[in-house]
Amino acid sequence: MMKGSNLPFNGTTEQEAQLRQKLNELRSKDGALMPAMQFAQELYGYLPYEVQLIISEELGVSLSDVYGVATFYSQFSLYPKGKYRIGICLGTACYVKGSQDIYDRLQQLLGIKSGECTADRLFSLDATRCVGCCGMSPVMTVNDDVYGRIKPDDVEGILAKYRERG
Amino acid sequence: MDIKQLEQIKDTTFKNVGNRFTHAQLDGMNFDRQVLVCCSTGCSSESSQKIRERLAKLVEEKGLKRVHVGGTGCFGLCAAGPVVVVYPDGTFYSHVKPEDADEIVESHLVNNVEVQRLLYVDADGKTKPINEIESYCKQMRHALRNCGVIDPENIDEYIAREGYFALYKALTQMTRDEVVDVVTESGLRGRGGAGFLTGRKWKFTKDATGDKKYVCCNADEGDPGAFMDRSVLEGDPHCVVEAMAIAAYAVGADQGYVYVRAEYPIAVERLQKAIDQARAYGLLGNNIFGTDFCFDLEIRLGAGAFVCGEETALMTSIEGHRGEPRPRPPFPAQKGLFGKPTLLNNVETYANVAQIVLHGAESYNTIGTERSKGTKVFALGGKINNTGLVEIPMGTSLKEIIYDIGGGIPNGKAFKAAQTGGPSGGCIPASLQDIPIDYESLSAIGSMMGSGGLIVLDEDNCMVDIAKFYLQFTVDESCGKCTPCRIGTRRLYEMLCKVTEGKATLEDLDKMEELCYYIKDNSLCGLGQSAPNPVLSTLKYFREEYLAHVVEHRCPAGVCKSLLKYVIDAEKCKGCTLCARNCPANAISGTVKQPHQIDADKCLKCGICASKCRFGAISKM
Ligand SMILES: Cc1cc2nc3c(=O)[nH]c(=O)nc-3n(C[C@H](O)[C@H](O)[C@H](O)COP(=O)(O)O)c2cc1C
Ligand code: SF4
Repeated sequence: MMKGSNLPFNGTTEQEAQLRQKLNELRSKDGALMPAMQFAQELYGYLPYEVQLIISEELGVSLSDVYGVATFYSQFSLYPKGKYRIGICLGTACYVKGSQDIYDRLQQLLGIKSGECTADRLFSLDATRCVGCCGMSPVMTVNDDVYGRIKPDDVEGILAKYRERG
Repeated sequence: MDIKQLEQIKDTTFKNVGNRFTHAQLDGMNFDRQVLVCCSTGCSSESSQKIRERLAKLVEEKGLKRVHVGGTGCFGLCAAGPVVVVYPDGTFYSHVKPEDADEIVESHLVNNVEVQRLLYVDADGKTKPINEIESYCKQMRHALRNCGVIDPENIDEYIAREGYFALYKALTQMTRDEVVDVVTESGLRGRGGAGFLTGRKWKFTKDATGDKKYVCCNADEGDPGAFMDRSVLEGDPHCVVEAMAIAAYAVGADQGYVYVRAEYPIAVERLQKAIDQARAYGLLGNNIFGTDFCFDLEIRLGAGAFVCGEETALMTSIEGHRGEPRPRPPFPAQKGLFGKPTLLNNVETYANVAQIVLHGAESYNTIGTERSKGTKVFALGGKINNTGLVEIPMGTSLKEIIYDIGGGIPNGKAFKAAQTGGPSGGCIPASLQDIPIDYESLSAIGSMMGSGGLIVLDEDNCMVDIAKFYLQFTVDESCGKCTPCRIGTRRLYEMLCKVTEGKATLEDLDKMEELCYYIKDNSLCGLGQSAPNPVLSTLKYFREEYLAHVVEHRCPAGVCKSLLKYVIDAEKCKGCTLCARNCPANAISGTVKQPHQIDADKCLKCGICASKCRFGAISKM
């Protein structure tokens, strides 16, 4: 089994207790695996090996099935995310309005590709599908903030804002 | 809940919201004015919630007891967002900011003077009430009838719009067969893409034998650039809840699932609220309206896999597995979710059901064309002025959608093509803009209705690049279960890359076409079977553009980077060194006050230099 991230796992015992309790509730439900993993991802921000193992134990689903589901769906991540999660929409409406150029600029400025996280764990970058704000395309998101109708040259300023906050 | 209570809620609530549905001042209303703020994803991301809060606070502070401030779903004109509408005046304010709330309250609500600077300006340069705005005039809001009208988080407002009366009628006055029949006679066809006759699907599921049956709603909406289903769920979630209950009664199910994209947090939240409220009113649960019909509903979240929109994959995913499709037959109507007979319909399909049951098949089948009845919602996106959500009667021409409703192409550019059906669909060239939009016409020209994404492309878009974009999407989203799709789409993508890099030969184009048909004929599910459509349709209608790439090594639209070159005009260059300092690849050389040069081998074609140059000396060729 691939271990995914090489960054150390730093989950707390409280998190683990919370997860196990939720898994207990879910156990009797039909098709509990996905809701369980969605909960875990929300809790830890990603699905490291250690967390997959807990889910597998508690739900009685084989680890390879858990891993199989984790790698099938793009929403699940085996890697930690940055403090600021940047999403750049490459959905059609944004793409035809030049979001690829914005994505290229982000990769250049951050030195990372989609799915990765900067070494200081400040930023992570994800190329996303439609986020549903096609009226403002092209669209970039940073955590819950949405930036619409942006140009490649706006990117540097936006990143600086978050760098300052640290 | 019984019918008396339902009617009472309807009458009481009507007094609160009645003058939203009309532009005349009605008697006996609790409010003289309705101020509605769009709170769907598009406008919310531009702080419409803050606008709503600010308006509500000011209205209270000023003691305006006869003014009601409410939030609604999408008005459709997302390009004008955030939108605030005042009824019964019909005033349509666009691009509103939270700080504008003060002026709206003071000027419009207190002194009865509209805030001129915020009024939406129509295509003819005039400002007008919402019902006269050109974009709305050719539309027919059926599935969206409550979007932008009611507060989606308030079940009473839905009831005030005849909500749950169709469920009452079905449960107490109609047999299961009669419900199936009225849906069949209405001619309603599935809005999820394939256009299967909805009533027939209901009949198959009803006739299937099984101790347990399910009804499901497909709200996965995977087409990148489509947001019809999201808008229905955000603007009118109860219409889906009610329709699913009606469907469950008709086919004999007692449990329903709505499979929603996880990327739609607002839709999920509102749908969950709607389910909770319906449950609290006894409109979900046991013995609904005192009958022996029991039904409950649960939301399941997708996790970002396009293939899960395919019906068998969706069910596999709800069961908690990798969402891989399975071969059909058996069809879901016989053996679906957890191996039981299952009915699956799309959100927009359901959104039409209650009105059909309540007002009869004729209320629906008199709209539209011979074989495509009713209306269709489209999400207009790309190079079009009025990006947003529109609903048109079937048979409306593409031209009407783009020019009359969509307001035409921005910046005076030429309309080149429209893409419908997303990654499964095709491009309609400008020369075919007079075709009527219905299922048959669209498939005849190699596109498809799809779920309703309509992306407009102008002269600056390269059609080969667009085909490559969709192929990249299918390569990413192919689940990998079958070889023609998993490997075939990748090879096809690589061939397209060769074209955009100017390295392909004419023979490659023929091979590409052959591969397209191979993938279509041999893939297991609809994803693979339709993946080559964007390539085939662009090859058919824009062959000369492929030829320009292959033969002349030129991208006519100036999009394909490998065929581009950035050059500095020595006449215009002042030698300010700004470009050289900003080039991330150190590809620009030159001394101060002397014209600079770009080293084409090092150049990444990122365009930073051209955007930095203050003298317009750098251009792409
Ligand atoms: C790859 C693929 C993706 C699909 N995505 C969706 C989708 O996002 N939403 C949808 O309603 N139907 C989608 N469909 C169609 C469904 O399989 C199914 O036909 C539809 O949900 C049935 O509902 P309807 O009869 O009301 O249209 C997709 C089909 C395929 C092959
Ligand atoms: S056609 Fe593609 S998506 Fe469908 S089953 Fe085959 S590999 Fe999976």
